[in-house]
Amino acid sequence: MHYEAIVIGVSSGGMNVLKIISAALPIDFKIPIIIVQHVGAHSDSKWIQLLNEKSNLLIKEADEKEKIEKGTMYIAAPNYHLLIEKDKTFSLSIDERVNFARPSIDVLFESAAEAYREKLIGIVLTGSNNDGTKGIIRIKECGGLTIIQDPKTAESPYMPKSAIDGIEADYILSLEDIVELLIKIDNQNNNFNKLYK
Amino acid sequence: MQYKDTSDLEISLLLEAIYRKHGYDFRQYSQAHIRRRIMNRMAISGFEDVSQMQSKVLNDEIFASELLQDLSITVTEMFRDPAFYRSLREKVIPILKTYPFIKIWHAGCATGEEAYSMAIVLQEEGLYDRTTIYATDFNQLALNQAKDGIFSNKMIKEYTTNYQLSGGKESFSSYYTSSYDNVIMNQSLKKNIVWANHNLVTDSVFAEVNLILCRNVLIYFDKNLQNKVQSLFFNSLINGGVLCLGSKESLRFSDLYEKYMELDTKQRIFKKKY
Ligand SMILES: C[S@@+](CC[C@H](N)C(=O)[O-])C[C@H]1O[C@@H](n2cnc3c(N)ncnc32)[C@H](O)[C@@H]1O
Repeated sequence: MHYEAIVIGVSSGGMNVLKIISAALPIDFKIPIIIVQHVGAHSDSKWIQLLNEKSNLLIKEADEKEKIEKGTMYIAAPNYHLLIEKDKTFSLSIDERVNFARPSIDVLFESAAEAYREKLIGIVLTGSNNDGTKGIIRIKECGGLTIIQDPKTAESPYMPKSAIDGIEADYILSLEDIVELLIKIDNQNNNFNKLYK
Repeated sequence: MQYKDTSDLEISLLLEAIYRKHGYDFRQYSQAHIRRRIMNRMAISGFEDVSQMQSKVLNDEIFASELLQDLSITVTEMFRDPAFYRSLREKVIPILKTYPFIKIWHAGCATGEEAYSMAIVLQEEGLYDRTTIYATDFNQLALNQAKDGIFSNKMIKEYTTNYQLSGGKESFSSYYTSSYDNVIMNQSLKKNIVWANHNLVTDSVFAEVNLILCRNVLIYFDKNLQNKVQSLFFNSLINGGVLCLGSKESLRFSDLYEKYMELDTKQRIFKKKY
């Protein structure tokens, strides 16, 4: 399978796991990663700059109408929902909160599932609410690959547990193993590209 | 929410039906957003598929107006983005002060919170008496609510904080009176606001104005429609007039970018060149 995007949903405990993931991915990692981290409405973007400085990849806030590029990690802006269009650009919206959250993981995941179908990888990480469960179900329905952080290894186990109750996940792994798996998948992607070019 | 696979074709036929029957044109809105709203309505109203919705839209006025409400997102706040209002006071008010009469257009004013916030700023800056605020939206229900100026007091704590952070000079509670679970905005704030129904997609230039605020409306439009509406704004602004967009909206990709200078890049405030 050739994957075109990874979406990640993460809530409480998220800053630590995003630090680990963004620092661990190698410079030639291609698949774009789009992240909803629950933050307060007035949160500034300094933490994104900090992540960016420590990472091999470009990490930035997802801009309205921006085209999704390889080798980039996008983070949803505070106080807006982030959606993905079928032409692989971002849309923002200030609809009502979903699961008390804006940005909401479900909103990102559901639109990403429509846009990428089976070429999507969905990941639910640490968090203490059930945002992301409906979204990961939708990703599965559309044929995407689903990965959930093993609740035993999560700072806040509730969100991954809720996702596990929702679907038969393809993988339930520790954070370290998730990173390793993503690198493996990205390498396979690149070989696949070479083969079919 | 229970999902079904719904094709783009079904959705575009539904939008076509809404346009042809009711005159509201959502065909160039962000598709992901439209899809989400339609699927939501489908789940709430218990339809099997979009074609069922289509015939309902054609034959049932009440349902059609419900769907229009769904597609118009009226979420808003008073003094949303306090930093924007601070910049408005610092960079835009001095420009407005140079005019004997001031016309302001709030395009997509929703339930009016933004227009009332503006009226408060103008009053504090001593400009309100020579200002007319045109506050427009295509959602008549929202406009009616705006005109009443009655808001739930649930949000007042947040609005008060917003107001203070935005550089407010008074006590926020002096701008409304409380009544049960609501607050009623002062009559003195309403007197120079004209509420009007205007559709940015299908209606033409609205008036010649000194300042346009269109915040968090263009994010729902695709690129072509954004460009079209941007030229509507350009043609409605006098030379030297000011355009304020939402904090995540950009002019940079618009054909008209060159014709403005940036007054505040971060707060998305632009001045039309002479
Ligand atoms: C999210 S609200 C923004 C309210 C306010 N400007 C703010 O930023 O808080 C968007 C508003 O745009 C209005 N709108 C959407 N499409 C429109 C159109 N074609 N013509 C006029 N208003 C429109 C909606 O009805 C809604 O009230």
